[in-house]
Order: sequence, then C-alpha cells, then structure tokens
Amino acid sequence: MLVLGIGNPLRRDDGAGPAVAARLAGQALETLEVRTLSGEVAGLLDAWAGHDDVLVLDAVASGEPPGTLHRYAAADGPLPAAFSSFSTHGFGLAEAIELARALGKLPRRLTVYGIEGEDFRSGEGLTPAVEAAVGWVVSELGRDHTAHSAR
Amino acid sequence: MSASKSPSSRKTRTITVDTLARVEGEGALHVRVRGDRVEDVRLRIYEPPRFFEGFLQGRRFTEVPDITARICGICPVAYQMSSCHALEAACGVTVGGPLRTLRRLLYCGEWIESHALHIYMLHAPDFLGYQSGIHMAADHPEMVERGLELKRIGNQILEILGGRAVHPINVKVGGFYRVPARKELLALREPLLGERDMALATVRWVSGFTFPDFAPDYELVSLRHPDEYPFNEGRVVTSRGLDIPVADYEKHFHEEHVEHSNALHSVHVGEGTYHVGPLARYSLNFDKLAPIAQQAAREAGLGTVCRNPFQSIVVRAVELLQVCDEALAIVESYEPPDPPAVEILPRAGTGAAATEAPRGLLYHRYQIDADGKVLLAKIVPPTSQNLRQIEDDLRAFVEGHLDLPDDRLTWQCEQAIRNYDPCISCATHFLKLTVDRG
Repeated sequence: MLVLGIGNPLRRDDGAGPAVAARLAGQALETLEVRTLSGEVAGLLDAWAGHDDVLVLDAVASGEPPGTLHRYAAADGPLPAAFSSFSTHGFGLAEAIELARALGKLPRRLTVYGIEGEDFRSGEGLTPAVEAAVGWVVSELGRDHTAHSAR
Repeated sequence: MSASKSPSSRKTRTITVDTLARVEGEGALHVRVRGDRVEDVRLRIYEPPRFFEGFLQGRRFTEVPDITARICGICPVAYQMSSCHALEAACGVTVGGPLRTLRRLLYCGEWIESHALHIYMLHAPDFLGYQSGIHMAADHPEMVERGLELKRIGNQILEILGGRAVHPINVKVGGFYRVPARKELLALREPLLGERDMALATVRWVSGFTFPDFAPDYELVSLRHPDEYPFNEGRVVTSRGLDIPVADYEKHFHEEHVEHSNALHSVHVGEGTYHVGPLARYSLNFDKLAPIAQQAAREAGLGTVCRNPFQSIVVRAVELLQVCDEALAIVESYEPPDPPAVEILPRAGTGAAATEAPRGLLYHRYQIDADGKVLLAKIVPPTSQNLRQIEDDLRAFVEGHLDLPDDRLTWQCEQAIRNYDPCISCATHFLKLTVDRG
C-alpha cells in the first residue's frame, strides 16, 4: 500500500498527514511505501500512478470535534467540501481525485483519512486531540502491516 | 452566478457573479446596464488586505525573498526575483554571469507551471464550454494530460533549482544557497525536448479556438531588454513611447485606493489605464522571441502586436514555447557557478527593480539602513496594475455585446476577467460577478 501524507507541518494541525507519514516511515514497514506531499494536483497524480491501493492522509476543517477521523473511499464519489483546497487556484486533493476519475486514472482502491484539525495557524506541533488521532492511525496501520524487524 | 430579466429590456439589466471561479483569490464583479449603456462596472475585491509591505519593515534584508515568496503560491519566484534584484540594487551589486542565467532558468520553471495551469485548466474550458478543467478532462483527456505533463516539468525545474515545487526555498539575495550539479540539470534535457514539442502543439491547439472580435487600444507596458525576452531586467517601455529606467517607475505610475476594492488600482500618470502581462510583453518584444516562438506565433495567425485579450491564451502558449526553448538552452550549456552566491554586504540605500511575473510587470522598492534592516518596502503586483484595465475591458465588451442573452454575457464577462489570469491574493493585497440590466 502507498501512504501519502499531505499538508504543511508549519501550519500546526495541517501537519497531521505528514506526521503520520514520518512515523510510519520510521517504522520501516515492509508492505507500506510512505511519502509526504504538498497536496499539489500534478504531484498527487504522479505519486499514485501505477498503484492499486493508496491511502491519503490529510487534515480537514469540517466543524467536527478536533481529532475526529473521517474516512472516505474515492470510489464512492467526490470528497465532501471540507477537503476542498485553500491552496492556489483551488486545486487540491478533492480536485486531484476528480481529475483522476475523469481521466480514468484513479487507483483501484483509494482511501482518504481526514483528521479534523483545531489550530491551523503558523507554527509547528500538533494540538493534543490531533496528536492522539495521529498516534491511533499510526498504531492501526502498524498493526496491519508487518514490521521488517519481525520477519 | 445569477442573471435577471430578458436581454431585450430597454430598462436596467443586472448581471451578477457572486464568486468568480478559476481565478486566484476572492472577488466579485458587478455590471449595471441602463438601456444600451453600461453605467457601472465594479470589480469588488473583498479578499482582505495582506499588509506585506508593513510587516517587511524591521526585517533583515536577507529575509525578504523568503517572506515575499509567500505572497503567491503560483508566482513565488517572481517575488523572490524582484526582491533580490531590488535589494542588490540597494547594496550596489549586480549579479551576472552563470548565476543570472540560473535565475532565468528558475523563472522559466515558474512560467511553465503558471502558463500550463492557466492555459489548460483555467482558460481553455472557457473556449470549449466547460465549467472547469475537471469537466473538460472527461471529454478531452489527452489535452488535460498534456497540460499536467507540461506543468510537471515546470515543477521539476523548481524542485531541482528551488528546493521544492511551490514556495522555493533556495533563493537568496546574491544568488542561491546551493546550485545543482551539471548532471542534475542535464537530467532535464530529455523531458524539456518533449516539453518543447508539447508547447508547440499547445500553440496549434489554442490558436484554433474562436475569439470574440475585441481589441482595445491599450497602452501596453512591459520590460524590454536589448538582448532577451524580458524576465529579470530591462527598461520599462510602453506602446505609446515611454522608455524609462525601472528606478523612475514611480514617477510615472501611481497606485490609487478605490472604495470597492481592497486592492489598489494603478494608473499611468497623465495617461490613465494601462495593460501589463503576456499581450504587453509579446507586443513590445516580438523581435526578442526565439525563432521557433516567432514562427509558431505567425503560424497561429498572431501579428507582431496582439491587442485581443481573449487571444492571450495563444500568447501564453507562445511564451510557454519560448521558455521551454530557453530552459533547454540553459540546461545544455550549464556549468555550476562557484560560489553559489555573491556575497552582499548591506549599506544604507534604496533600490528598485522590476521583473516579468507570468501575469506581468512586478515592481519592488526597498530602503534599507547600514545594518541591512528594511526601513521601507513597496510592492506593485501585476494584477493591481491590470484591475482598472479589466473594468474598462468589461465596460467596452458588455456595451458591444448587449444583444447576448444574460447567461452568455455573464459567461463571456467571466472569460474577459480570466483573460488576465488575475491573481487576487497578490493584488490584495479578489472574485463574485453581477451584471445589472434592470
């Protein structure tokens, strides 16, 4: 499985995706390929090209309690508005998924975990609720994938 | 988007677009028509002001390229280049030779990213009748894929030279923190050969679109350099004969506050509205384009001057070809500069510079003290220079096309705005559309 952590670690909870990616990368899990991306469209399409099973981790601001984990399967339809990009010209993850769908380039299985953030101001570090959600996702994924050392 | 009443009404018509799509930033457009006269056109820029000029004061001059890069996710290189050149001018240093060439390559990367995105994902859907690039992708997948491939190579140039594809971090006053090895840039040669062919195919594709008959008598303003298509330096020239050094820019061009906009509007003193960007650059510098770009422009049916803003998509494609060609030449002849930057010692003084951002001329001026502390910063982005021109275009375009039904008129008004690829975040320092025909 390919795991893509997207977001900006210099915007506190926006760094939730990269935080999961960094911790998984540190565990060197043999069935997981882990990457961190900015969330720019061409980069996302490139990253998941040729992969059948992709998990994307991103921070969201939907109004739910901080730390809430949202799960979506791209096959079910467009992501909710909370994933729409604040980035330049409005192209981000939701748009990348729709573009891939239109082009017939969506991975067979593409799952999105959205971690509800609380603080998106400038600075580093996650708020406690997001930190807890990141820890939970890392341990769940770790349990599902065999560590190198356990071989 | 909403429109009211029938177009045949002799009373008032209003066309409203509440949030303009496929532009960068937040703004709205309101057009009020009475009978056959356009009474009012307002581009209302409601994105909040950003105060960059204010919070640069007191910072070290060396911090400025990284701070100003944050003004825009699409044209950070432009902000880095204008600020570096202005600060180097303040310190009395000129950065030439291979470092200057490498800066041009970085700018090529940004133009490729920006122009490919605008042509394929933002502007082409207007001509082909789609709401967005994503809707267009379902019917024209090969075109959208070509656009993405073009943009990808722009991203690669920024990654290698700038450290990352968005908001590059490898630019400093005096040059770069690290310069790539020869083999890193040579790896771009094959992709750039393909990219140049795709850019040529892009010119041919967009030149086949249908363009409204509309060509205002703009005062075109851009940089002009004796030897190059303008990026990093040159004199400020206009289609009405002004030819001044960049240091005199503020004597001729003023920013004014208007009530309906958080972005300032620029005017040419004594002349009025003016036009910056691809049409201006192309029309004032056709002779500086590479032979391959000149030939493609002729084959696309462009004259040596182009004043139809709807054809800006063709001009952008010609510029895309130009920068692919130049990037290729730079990559092929590259030898790493040593050291990667010229040492710059601060001194009390003022420096101004302008470079050509993808959207047009970007002017910066800084005053620093002997320790290198910024005392004053002034930034004039291309979109704020074009805002008044966009309003004038809309007034003239709507008056000439009152026979169109509201939905069609609204569509073309939005298109008329996107002709400028406006970057509202840069200018607020913008979009919604309303056409009121009563």
